[in-house]
Amino acid sequence: MAVTITEVPLRRRVRDRHHRGVRRWVVLALVTVGALVMLVPFAFMLLNAFKSPGDYSSGGPLSWPTEFYTWGLRTYWSEVNFPLKLWNSALIAGSVAVLGVVVSLLNAYALGIGRVRGRLWIVGLFLLANMLPQEALIYPLYYVAKEIGLYNTRLSVIIIFTVIQSAFGTYLLASVLGTFPRALLEAAALDGAGTWTVLWRVVFPHLRPTLAVLLIFFFIWTWNEFLIPLVMLIDNQTQTIPVALASLQGDRLMDAPTTNAGALISLVPAILFFLIFQRTLARGITAGAEK
Amino acid sequence: MAVPDTVAGTPSAATRTPAPAPRRRPGGRAAAYWLYLLPGAALFILVIGVPLVGTGYLSLTRWSGVGDPTFVGWDNYQRLLSDEVFWASFRNTVAMIVAMVVVPTLLGLLLASVLFDVIGRRFRPRTAAALRAAFYLPQVLPVVVAGIVWGWILRPDGAFNSLLDAVGLGALRHDWLGDPDTALPAVMAVMIWVQIGYPVVVFMAALQRVDPELYEAAEVDGANWRHRFRAITLPQIRPETFVVALTCTIAALKVFGPIYALTRGGPENATNVPSYFAYYTFFKKLQVGYGSAISTVLTVIIVVVAVAFIAVQARTERRDRGF
Repeated sequence: MAVTITEVPLRRRVRDRHHRGVRRWVVLALVTVGALVMLVPFAFMLLNAFKSPGDYSSGGPLSWPTEFYTWGLRTYWSEVNFPLKLWNSALIAGSVAVLGVVVSLLNAYALGIGRVRGRLWIVGLFLLANMLPQEALIYPLYYVAKEIGLYNTRLSVIIIFTVIQSAFGTYLLASVLGTFPRALLEAAALDGAGTWTVLWRVVFPHLRPTLAVLLIFFFIWTWNEFLIPLVMLIDNQTQTIPVALASLQGDRLMDAPTTNAGALISLVPAILFFLIFQRTLARGITAGAEK
Repeated sequence: MAVPDTVAGTPSAATRTPAPAPRRRPGGRAAAYWLYLLPGAALFILVIGVPLVGTGYLSLTRWSGVGDPTFVGWDNYQRLLSDEVFWASFRNTVAMIVAMVVVPTLLGLLLASVLFDVIGRRFRPRTAAALRAAFYLPQVLPVVVAGIVWGWILRPDGAFNSLLDAVGLGALRHDWLGDPDTALPAVMAVMIWVQIGYPVVVFMAALQRVDPELYEAAEVDGANWRHRFRAITLPQIRPETFVVALTCTIAALKVFGPIYALTRGGPENATNVPSYFAYYTFFKKLQVGYGSAISTVLTVIIVVVAVAFIAVQARTERRDRGF
């Protein structure tokens, strides 16, 4: 193929380039239209979150709001006790992120650096565990949580997701540590450092960027989780933001503007993470994709 | 293994003195490393191992969640085979794979390549980054929140029908999620919207890894975008394509939140999927044994798909390196 391409005569090439000059604008226009279509639901949300119910029923979903009406937003905020939901979500996702990274690091240290026997099988097991459908675990977890008094506690969800997320973390970190420079370890061992010192003084600083990415991933994944929190957390004191919004679906309180207001404030924390961690995430997604 | 790092001295000294140290280490300290695995392994067994085995056992019983389970052997699995809802849920899974894997991966390849190769290089890279962010935004939204908003948009009096009215297509007004004929296509459209940003972002990041000189050389040779796409883009980002296809397929097999928020599997099971079917059987119908059988079948399918994917990838890699 390379040969035929180099034989393309010069004149044809020049015309091609001219052609592309026009066509690139068409391509840009098409992709921009696609991107705008992606944003339409967000626009609908914004447009309807600040309408009064009367305004909505007379003007419909597409009309411009006649006033900046925040009652829907405020009812949702207070009826749902949104600050508490925000705290629940943050507490669960934050604890899981930190604990999950610590457990992943310890596991991966034994597997990637310690190279314990059967490590390939163990890593494979962790990878499969991360792919399991949560339905395959949920009933026994629900039953046992009830028996031992952990049902409807945030702790139960924290423990479960620490394990599920660290299954992925272990897989990722073990393959990263598989290529850890042995010379560093040997130098530390010659200095008489034990495995614990090596972990925190040599391995941990080396892994810090990857651990930061994992921390953010764990946080966002846990924040967005639904099935296990839905089953485990049943009252207002413990529920997370997505569960609170979903359990109000079809409720009398939730007319269209209130639904949109609720969705909008549930979206705000997610957008904030996105903006704060965008760079780290872009790097992390590639790190994840490469191995 | 230690030798290349210690070549500083004379060859004989290098091999003689440091060699015993690294050899002693793996043998002597293996036990110490097992200790690090202990907390993780204990948690793993308690939270994943035991419940998994528990679900497997429960799938052989009849149980409402109170009292003792009654052992019934393979009854639940026999019942599954003749259960129309079970088959419908797996047919809908195929639709979910189309909406969450096939379409997003193909569209994602096209978009990533256009954004990177045309827009990123012929316009400013910031233009490409801004467009990428627009495609990625739905991925940031908790998927249940996305489901709730779309549920409202697609309602009979929702924004989509109003939009049809506004552009003069009012005749097409429809109860999109309420009609068994349109519910599944509507859910599929929502899932494409949710999913598309993931492949776009991964593929664009992957393209940054490709040597830009490859593209420049091809362009100087007169290769147009289509040539470059087939000869450079596709082969260069095959590993990422593979990872995206695998993770999206697993996600499609497990999809729960959007179905819960959009349709609860209805109308008439038109959008039911195995994981919602299992949830409903566990917690609404209180048939724990039957729900466990559904979950177990789903688990087996996911494990088989994952192992098959990984085996195929290993073989392709070997063939590429091979001969």
